[in-house]
Amino acid sequence: MTINIGTMIPAAPTAPVDVAVEAQQPKRSFGTLPISLATIAVIIAAWSLASAYGVVSPLFLPSPWTVLKAIHGVAVNGFVDSTLAQHTFASLLRIFAALAASIVIGIPAGLAIGTSRIGKGILDPIVEFLRPLPPLAYLPLIIIWIGIGEASKITVISLAMLPPIILSTAAGVKSAPADFINAARSFGATRLQILLQVILPSAIPSILTGTRIALGAGWSTLVAAELVAASRGLGFMIQSAAQFLVTDIVIAGIVVIAAIAFLLEILARLLERWFVPWAAHR
Amino acid sequence: MSVLSLQSVSLAFPADRDSHQTRLVLDGVTLHLASDEFIAVIGRSGSGKTSLLNLAAGFLKPTSGRISVDGVDIAGPDADRAVVFQDDALYPWLNARDNVAFPLKLRGIAKRERRLRANGLLAKVGLENAGAKNIWELSGGMRQRVGIARALASEPRFLLLDEPLGALDALTRARLQQFLLKVWSDSKTGALLITHSIEEAILLATRVVVLAPNPGRIVADIPASFGRQLLAGKSLPELKDTPEYRRLHDGLTGLIHADAEEDAA
Ligand SMILES: Nc1ncnc2c1ncn2[C@@H]1O[C@H](COP(=O)(O)OP(=O)(O)OP(=O)(O)O)[C@@H](O)[C@H]1O
Ligand SMILES: [Mg+2]
Repeated sequence: MTINIGTMIPAAPTAPVDVAVEAQQPKRSFGTLPISLATIAVIIAAWSLASAYGVVSPLFLPSPWTVLKAIHGVAVNGFVDSTLAQHTFASLLRIFAALAASIVIGIPAGLAIGTSRIGKGILDPIVEFLRPLPPLAYLPLIIIWIGIGEASKITVISLAMLPPIILSTAAGVKSAPADFINAARSFGATRLQILLQVILPSAIPSILTGTRIALGAGWSTLVAAELVAASRGLGFMIQSAAQFLVTDIVIAGIVVIAAIAFLLEILARLLERWFVPWAAHR
Repeated sequence: MSVLSLQSVSLAFPADRDSHQTRLVLDGVTLHLASDEFIAVIGRSGSGKTSLLNLAAGFLKPTSGRISVDGVDIAGPDADRAVVFQDDALYPWLNARDNVAFPLKLRGIAKRERRLRANGLLAKVGLENAGAKNIWELSGGMRQRVGIARALASEPRFLLLDEPLGALDALTRARLQQFLLKVWSDSKTGALLITHSIEEAILLATRVVVLAPNPGRIVADIPASFGRQLLAGKSLPELKDTPEYRRLHDGLTGLIHADAEEDAA
């Protein structure tokens, strides 16, 4: 279920935050952008031709133009009782509620694994049990337990987001340089001060990377969860459109989902540069 | 006046992961550092200099022997023994001023007071205009000065310095040696400086201690007065041209080479 985010986003020059970061970008990233754009153009052209010459029935593959019109139509008139904005908003609300929950639980859990033998002993098996499970495998169980409402969807998404956040926090904790900790000790820091003022900040770059991965995992789980049980949301919109064989809206939904995943990824990268500009200089 | 004492201190590390065998790294080291002294420790790589400093700081516990301050055994690291690290160990998420203020923050000193004192310390190390700078915007020499200011902020009785100038170019290094000397004489803290450079040891220290390897032990403990002469205004070339300087330099070089040959034999 996990999207490999590293390959999802082309190494295009997203708006550089500061000169230092820009200077560190390899020149190559400018070199692949035209190739990537050309590839996309060729795919869209082939798609247009295929539908224009009736190679594939419009029922299976509507033209790019039809899909654009469908996006516009859903945005203005809505589909299955909600506009595109409402579907999108419902999905985003779930993902950010789940993100908040998994950060609040995941970071302390990761700190516990990274700093304490007992914490590691208790939490490791739970995380390792959860991590390889496809979230849809336990969605039915969650629905039996807490019903079909928002809570079950947010729970499933949180469970999908937790392992990357916990594991990246624990990894970040372990990568805190010994000198950083020793320096604080030699200035008289208490264990709690060391945890909060040295180990936690050291781990933040790793935590943010984990959060980015979690967003990817959460987003794909979200859409899947909405396919099964929801009355609003992008996954639900696609599922309903598929039942009525409205293929243009199915494809429109996929395009919107991909676009949002892409934007979330860019947002996460910008946050990384704003919050931990020093990570690039370690 | 305080005294940091190591008495018959030995330190053994596990020889390898699985066996219970140990390797003696320091053997019966006795060293007293008074708070008006500047001790330089020299010795070949692997002779246990860093281990000695880590013991004094409280990062390591001795296998046997006692480490105490004014007769009280140390329980671990403490604010009265501040450490300056070879690769500065400054926190990149804090700017220069907040790094200096870090020990004050640990003690719960209010933000305004912290700023004020950090600015004062930055001025003392000649970096009054660098407070708002990010750590990665500073040169190696500036970073070490921030590191020293940070250690001073904790108002220690002893400064423990593990090759703080080791990674700097010769010119910066020479400048910072003078600077270190001045900081030491102004701050009235005892200094324990680990260094690879015989010249640095002679020029700064009031005592030069030579550590021989395998196992690490003190083979010489020699008083020196060149630092005080430098502080009194004597010029560096003048000092280095004296017979006393050359005799000490040759003597220490001989000592360090002696155990190198003993090793090869
Ligand atoms: N944590 C450790 N575990 C096992 N052996 C260690 C450990 N730390 C140091 N040693 C060993 O102890 C000896 C002394 O190390 P130490 O770092 O104190 O030497 P040093 O004099 O500071 O050397 P250098 O000049 O290269 O910094 C070395 O042989 C080293 O391999
Ligand atoms: Mg060393």
